[in-house]
Amino acid sequence: MIPLLWGILHTLLVVAAAPWATGLTRRVKARLQGRRGASCWQPYRDLWRLLQKDSVIADSASWLFHITPYVVFVAVWLAATILPTLTTDMIMTPAADLIALVALLGVARFFTALAGLDAGTAFGGLGASREMFIASLGEPAMLMVTFSLSVLAHTTSPAHLVEFVLAGHVGLEVSVGLAMGALLMVALAESGRIPIDNPATHLELTMVHEAMVLEYSGRHLALMEAAAMMRQLLFLSLIICLFLPWGIARPGDAAPWLLVGLAAWIAKVAALSVVLAAYESWIAKMRLFRIADFLGGALLLALLATIFLYVSEAL
Amino acid sequence: MVIGSAMIAFLLLGLAAPLGRRRPAVAGLVHLACLPPSLLLLALGLMHLAAPPGTPPQIITLPLGLPGLAGHWRLDRLSAFFLLVVNLPAVLAGLYGLGYAPHLPRPGRVAPFLPLFLLGMNGVLLADDAFSFLLAWEFMSLTSWLLVVADDGNPEAGKAGLTYLSMAAFGGFCLLAAFALMAADGGSFDFALLRAHPGGGGGVLAVLLVLLGTGSKAGMVPLHPWLPLAHPAAPSHASALMSGVMTKVALYGLIRILFDLQPVLGWQWGFALMLLGAATALTGVFYALMQRDLKVLLAYSTVENVGLILVALGLAAAFRAYDQPALAALALVAALYHVLNHSLIKSLLFLGAGAVVSATGERDINRLGGLLNRMPVTGACFLAGACAISALPPLNGFVSEWLVFQSLFHAPSLSHWAMRFGVPVVGVALALAAAFAAVCFVRAFGTVFLGRPRSAAAAAAREAPLSLQLAQVVPAALCLGLGIFPVLVSGGLASVVAPLLRVRLPTALLGWPWLSPIAPGAGSYSALMLLLTGVALAITTVLVVHHFGSQRTRRAPVWDCGTPCALPEAQYSADSFSQPLRRVFGRPLLAARELIDMPAPGDTAPARFRLEIRDPLWDGLYARLIRLVNRLADRVNRLQSLTVRHYLLMMFWTLVAGLVIVAVRPPL
Repeated sequence: MIPLLWGILHTLLVVAAAPWATGLTRRVKARLQGRRGASCWQPYRDLWRLLQKDSVIADSASWLFHITPYVVFVAVWLAATILPTLTTDMIMTPAADLIALVALLGVARFFTALAGLDAGTAFGGLGASREMFIASLGEPAMLMVTFSLSVLAHTTSPAHLVEFVLAGHVGLEVSVGLAMGALLMVALAESGRIPIDNPATHLELTMVHEAMVLEYSGRHLALMEAAAMMRQLLFLSLIICLFLPWGIARPGDAAPWLLVGLAAWIAKVAALSVVLAAYESWIAKMRLFRIADFLGGALLLALLATIFLYVSEAL
Repeated sequence: MVIGSAMIAFLLLGLAAPLGRRRPAVAGLVHLACLPPSLLLLALGLMHLAAPPGTPPQIITLPLGLPGLAGHWRLDRLSAFFLLVVNLPAVLAGLYGLGYAPHLPRPGRVAPFLPLFLLGMNGVLLADDAFSFLLAWEFMSLTSWLLVVADDGNPEAGKAGLTYLSMAAFGGFCLLAAFALMAADGGSFDFALLRAHPGGGGGVLAVLLVLLGTGSKAGMVPLHPWLPLAHPAAPSHASALMSGVMTKVALYGLIRILFDLQPVLGWQWGFALMLLGAATALTGVFYALMQRDLKVLLAYSTVENVGLILVALGLAAAFRAYDQPALAALALVAALYHVLNHSLIKSLLFLGAGAVVSATGERDINRLGGLLNRMPVTGACFLAGACAISALPPLNGFVSEWLVFQSLFHAPSLSHWAMRFGVPVVGVALALAAAFAAVCFVRAFGTVFLGRPRSAAAAAAREAPLSLQLAQVVPAALCLGLGIFPVLVSGGLASVVAPLLRVRLPTALLGWPWLSPIAPGAGSYSALMLLLTGVALAITTVLVVHHFGSQRTRRAPVWDCGTPCALPEAQYSADSFSQPLRRVFGRPLLAARELIDMPAPGDTAPARFRLEIRDPLWDGLYARLIRLVNRLADRVNRLQSLTVRHYLLMMFWTLVAGLVIVAVRPPL
């Protein structure tokens, strides 16, 4: 009963907290650029405003265009639901592992790209093509991170990985560092941040994710935006869960520990959001074809992480 | 008995069909008549699989075949499973052919060979001696070749047929030699005797020949170039059978020989198979990504999936060699699961492609578009197939890919350094292949079914007839079913694998509702749970959005940042879609070149863009081989016009050479 309750709470938490994390990143970034910036709660107001507006759909679009926002939102929400944040003791924990998580994000991407192609515009196709290009390198890198962690911990389940890390089996290992580096690079790419993509761009030719959702409006756009925010939060939570899980509540812990877990998670998300904003202000956006080097590097780091495991075992 | 009657029904159908070759409607009826025997074999396979474990295989011996060697036929669990894999798509193809075959350019050249093709494939599965096996194998090759060249108005089909026939002859020869080697050691062509003497037959050379023989039929790199030529040249339902099923029959041959008849192999074979599989998967998907022809694209994607299955088979062989039967069983279950999935998905996609081609007359995806509005059923089914083959949950493709990755992730427990360093590299290759497959099918589905029509033919397309629709809806539903209830399938597959590896996967690890193959904590997946939660979340989302938000939807001209362009050519085409990947990987792998012909400033001539893609493997290996054969043939040609004196001299020297060999050779 208790895991079910926490599961529902956690499900609502990830969807409710996502705009806040995005708002925080935007605000910190604005301050670093010398602007005052909107409040952290501005994304909620934006989503609400979009929700109230009528949805305008292109004549040439098919039924796929209508259902895609729902499919994308639910797929990302589902992925966020199976990832532990405040406790590892949830009913959904055994339903999916990290491979399934990667695949669920793949579902969201697949349908977003199709929707980009659906209206039959040049910008939509451009965004879809670039997004799939980036994903075709980012997704393997993420699978290889999973691989190296599973070689270390003999599991692909995030909850059991947390257990493994908390049990103190992981010291300062080179492999873990490399895997974390790879995951950070993938996280930047997959959540559409600088230097891969710019969520705040107003120049169509540099858009990737924004170009795909260009034809969306009203409630459909609200869902797409919310899904993008949730995906960013998901990647922050993933880094926290795999590499910095300290503070998370575990099966058998009493209820107060959940509050500790919640506070720890919020603090870590806030810290990572600030780091993200600082990093984005510090670095310039990359040319499209340089992304292959960037993500190829991530893939190689993840591969090296696995290989160093054997080397360190042999030494 | 039942099997025999089904087989005879196929034979009679094939023989009777030419009688009605003048009437197109007869071709449809012949396809319909293929349904009962296919369904019968399907039911038989299912019944044998459902029988309690330990049920002995059914064996029948017929007075057919070589003198002194009766024809042995046998139905065990592996054959029964593959009967399922063959006859399920066969039923669909028959149903599809009912509406499709009468409209082919030459229905009379298709109808007789489809039942014979099915006869050949089913024969391979049931054969229990080398002679019957090879007979059925060659029968399958020949009848499929006849289907490839069925359209005699198409010169490409003739060329494809010639390539296919040469490769089929090569493969058949390899298998013949392999069986001869195994029989020379074990002393028999009878599979039962080979099975009784494990480790007897043939050694390294025999295994190598088996790999070449079955690999060439399955489309293993570097023996694959015939496949994307031949499969698309056949009529679409025959393409579905060739791509979805015949490659699986080839893999059946590999599994039967490597895991049943020759069960003592070193880990090196598993390692080699794994590397070959990884190369096959990457090559196949990368070529698929660059194709413009819808059916060629699907054929290359078959190459990719065969690669994935080969990796799983290699893992199974390596685990077995290291005496880890549970993990070997897991890898083999993953391979068989993907065999079943891919046979369904690829049939579905080829049938969809056939519906598109017959509705528009176009195979070039750059001239299609907007078909989802015009062909809703075909489009929805193709979308299901595209999602399944891109391994998206909750469909079936994801389950088998998940199982392959799970067994791959446990391969580092093998202690040899080559395995330890090879497995991560194979992992990278498979992960890249999986990601590229998703790109490939977004591109294919997006260009064919979404956007605005790029040609008049695409704009005028109409939905396919009912029998074609039905033949697509059924496999699409099965894709979902096999994805949501993986535990049922993996349980059945565990019983197929058990007699081969002599290990039974504990049901606790395959338990309901989680698919958790290694250990309870080591990673689990439950499609049903995900689906139910997803549905719950979707209902919540819809309710919330519609309660708090606006419910109105307006239709308007496309916005496109305020500067819409009415020309359909302004959309992203398939070539523009794959341009980033082509730029990054195309030059080294495909010798891809973009030639831009830009007129001088002031000149009003149009700028031209040309894209050249070549297959380095074809240029480097096959083109050279063809030149060599031609040169040799020219030389040998001279032997045809010698004088009698020369011929007598040649006979004399041959005799002398033969006598010398007999004299020098040590006595047996």
